[in-house]
Amino acid sequence: MGIEFIYPEFEVVRDRDRCIACRVCERQCSNEVHSYSPVRGVMISDESKCVNCQRCVSLCPTRALKIVKSNCRLRENANWQDETVKEIYKQANSGGVLLSSMGNPKPLPVYWDKILINASQVTNPPIDPLREPMETKVFLGKKPSAVRRDSEGKLDFSISPQIELAMPVMFSAMSYGSISYNAHASLARAATELGILYNTGEGGLHEDFYKYGSNTIVQVASGRFGVHEDYLEAGAAIEIKMGQGAKPGIGGHLPGTKIVGDVSRTRMIPEGSDAISPAPHHDIYSIEDLRQLVYSLKEATEYKKPVIVKVAAVHNIAAIASGIARSGADIIAIDGFRGGPGAAPPRLRDNVGIPIELALASVDQRLRDEGIRNNVSLVAGGSIRSASDVIKAVALGADACYIATAALLALGCHLCRTCQSGKCNWGIATQRPDLVKRLNPDIGSERLINLMSAWRHEIMEIMGGMGINSIEALRGNRLMLRGVGLNEKELGILGISHAGE
Amino acid sequence: MKRVYVNEEWCLGCRLCEYNCAFANSGLGDMVLALKDRKIFPRIHVEGNDSITFAVSCRHCTDPICQKSCIAGAISKADGVVRIDRSKCVGCLTCVLVCPYGALSPGEDGIMQKCELCLENACGAPACVTGCPNKAIVYEERSDPE
Amino acid sequence: MKHYVIIGNGTAAVGCIEGIRSVSADGGITVISAENHPVYSRPLISYYLEGKTDLEKMRYRGEGFYEINGCRVIYGRKAVSVNTSGRTVILDDGSSVPYDSLCVAAGSRPFVPPFPGLETVGKKFGFMTMDDALELEKALSEDARVLIVGAGLIGLKCAEGICGRVGSITVCDLADRVLSSILDADCAAIVQDHLEKNGISFLLGDSVDKFCESKAYMKSGKQIDFDVLVLAVGVRANTELVKEAGGKVNRGIIINCRAETDLEDIYAAGDCTEGYDASTGTNRVLAILPNAYMQGYTAGVNMAGGCSVHDRAIPMNSIGFFGLHMMTAGSYEGEMTEEKIPAGIKRLFIKDGILKGFILVGACERAGIYTSLIRDRTPLDTIDLELTKKVATNLIFSQESRRKKFGGIV
Repeated sequence: MGIEFIYPEFEVVRDRDRCIACRVCERQCSNEVHSYSPVRGVMISDESKCVNCQRCVSLCPTRALKIVKSNCRLRENANWQDETVKEIYKQANSGGVLLSSMGNPKPLPVYWDKILINASQVTNPPIDPLREPMETKVFLGKKPSAVRRDSEGKLDFSISPQIELAMPVMFSAMSYGSISYNAHASLARAATELGILYNTGEGGLHEDFYKYGSNTIVQVASGRFGVHEDYLEAGAAIEIKMGQGAKPGIGGHLPGTKIVGDVSRTRMIPEGSDAISPAPHHDIYSIEDLRQLVYSLKEATEYKKPVIVKVAAVHNIAAIASGIARSGADIIAIDGFRGGPGAAPPRLRDNVGIPIELALASVDQRLRDEGIRNNVSLVAGGSIRSASDVIKAVALGADACYIATAALLALGCHLCRTCQSGKCNWGIATQRPDLVKRLNPDIGSERLINLMSAWRHEIMEIMGGMGINSIEALRGNRLMLRGVGLNEKELGILGISHAGE
Repeated sequence: MKRVYVNEEWCLGCRLCEYNCAFANSGLGDMVLALKDRKIFPRIHVEGNDSITFAVSCRHCTDPICQKSCIAGAISKADGVVRIDRSKCVGCLTCVLVCPYGALSPGEDGIMQKCELCLENACGAPACVTGCPNKAIVYEERSDPE
Repeated sequence: MKHYVIIGNGTAAVGCIEGIRSVSADGGITVISAENHPVYSRPLISYYLEGKTDLEKMRYRGEGFYEINGCRVIYGRKAVSVNTSGRTVILDDGSSVPYDSLCVAAGSRPFVPPFPGLETVGKKFGFMTMDDALELEKALSEDARVLIVGAGLIGLKCAEGICGRVGSITVCDLADRVLSSILDADCAAIVQDHLEKNGISFLLGDSVDKFCESKAYMKSGKQIDFDVLVLAVGVRANTELVKEAGGKVNRGIIINCRAETDLEDIYAAGDCTEGYDASTGTNRVLAILPNAYMQGYTAGVNMAGGCSVHDRAIPMNSIGFFGLHMMTAGSYEGEMTEEKIPAGIKRLFIKDGILKGFILVGACERAGIYTSLIRDRTPLDTIDLELTKKVATNLIFSQESRRKKFGGIV
């Protein structure tokens, strides 16, 4: 209190006329905001603990609750804004690095929203996806650049290992440990049903999910948690994680309190020990080193699985991607700075890295310029929010997109950005059994399937409008895009014309 | 025949089923009016401790011992549904004494009431099922225990 | 086609009819009813006097029950004998009813000790039948002093039923506690206290030496003036029909778990029988309504050629007085555990790793779980015993057995 006091960010507004004191809010809040006062015979709340996850709001049977932003504000100051000052207070109180999760909330430019899509009129008729076949299937992996023949002149059909996706979207890496068993189960089941892939993240693969292996990307990150031969064999592809969009250049830290039971076994580390992923891979200091790891993994899996290298979108991403494309990797995944981490220092999250749109466009252009675009497929991630974002990403050169935040939203996430607390009321970013069970994979997988089916439908509609009947034909087709409100430089990097041109 | 089943793996112990049940059988159209400032007498009850919770309501047994034991002849079974004629019940609780599932409890007036699958009220489908936020309670056809 | 005859028209008879019809729609059923009423719920007569039910609602089965089930009911006639060689039942008007298969569900009658001077008492009543209740009702008045002889279930339910309609009620019993057949001393004391708070007076450990008009002279020397006398001392099973036909009887007609007597094609069910008590493993009279129905049902199924075994009967009672409920079941042998709760008391009796019986006063929630532990002879080492002692909940079972219990059709 006193100098350390910070007025709660949210207020719990309870309509006393509606509240029936059923105490569902109390039972459902892991932050212990709500309680019943037997003396007063009413529900009361301690909003200082509220993270605005909306669980109580969603389950209140009489709609008696809402959470609003507190209007107890400091004096207005455009430079010293309320949030900035309160962060200073927090750090003066604690002496610690600030921590948050789930993506950059700052009003930095979202280029997707400044890019518009073309449609056919008169001279090139649109296609009705309800009447005409429409292909959303894509293959990720190294493609031959020329027709090849053997010594007898017969066509050589051999091709590097590929990933087949029913639509150009995958669920990106979220580790078991950072998210719950049931969240993984939901993702795995939905990916299998949808004919796409999900990604284990760096926490290993729970033995229960090996059966979904053909729809699984297994990740190898700097901590090498849970990596062993069967694990590598289990997946359809292997991803080397070099960096993450929300926190480029730093590692990860899953606190020992989350390393319990199956998480500990799956990660192959003792219970209660902190899982610290180093910032670098300690054996990778060059493209040559990366190449060694790529080929080690290929060797281990008999060259049957494509290897993905995931990097954060940073300033010289095009040059980095060029190096990766020469390392033997089959796929490059680029993660933009709006990506959502399970936990990241907001100073990094909000200030380090570059938007995926610019990174993707420059990488695609650079690889084309160097004639090595077919060496790799490109996967774009870091806040893909809708089917139109997917379309725009593909037109900017992506072979497919990674989504994670959108998938978590489908699972119930309300973006309260407090994953790091481990008390996720929606059963996603938690290992507490009473909270984990709140996410029933029957519901979770169904909702993911719903979301992806809806996107696929929209993708086909937009493609049809453009007169394109195969998503492959859209890739890198920047003529289908126009910018609005963008300057020459931005348009140049994106490789698109301004609207009206 | 469809019955209400509870899968304790997914039960959150939120007790919404109890409130939805009490509301559904209140005959009122407004939950606030029906339940505010009242002790509720639902026909489904959540049991459990800190780690396990599950809801229990009438199993609509093939051979209902409550029906055979009712001293007032108030409990009957037709079309697979075990029903109670509350006008005949005198609240002796013999059905509570014999139900091996502990599924029965009296209403506010001391007269027995029981789950009748929301067939007698305006819900159309069991309110505990439609209101369960985690699909822990389902209304479906099953054969023998899995 | 078989012809079925049922002597009696109570709960066991209904069980028998429904048992027969669960197997076969063929064959006529003749029901011999001494009472001039279609079947009604006998235990409800006290509720009737209390105003909690009425004669119409007391009907145990709905309108048309006999017609639907193909029954002919002979009202107001008693069976006086069974001719086993001729396979007929002789009625008190001399007529005879032939049977192929017979069920004796003749019930019980009040036991009235030979009190000297009883004949001088004007308003004296039994409390077994609807007619008893209707007669008693006529004698009730706001200032009537009622003496009830017998502090058992019948006497006390009668006391509760008429409490609001008379001036005073005194209950006397030879036993030193109320409900001596189902409660131990401590629990009886709680119940007695509750009844006294509701205006019932007791004279326990004492019995009537003689009556003289409206005065009872007690063995202790006390004298009680009364206007209305209710005799609820006890009941005796109606065993004579079977005994005289050569069947084996003890305190009740001896039957096996198929409800068969040792006479060919003669079954028996209900309060007149002595059947297997699963809680003790012995035969005894279990004069309770659920048992009557289930024995009757078993008899009916077997009479119609089906196969039914009723081997899980146990004594059990659920009864309440003035809002205080109590439940008892099984036998009170072995080690006793006790849990005191604000509302009352909970006592379980455990022997050989099995729950044998219980007494619950004021804490009856989910008591059927306890009852099923007795009936199923569930080994207590397979459940959470400590929790069981405290509360009846399905949490006492393992997750796996709960899955089996709740996962499918039962």
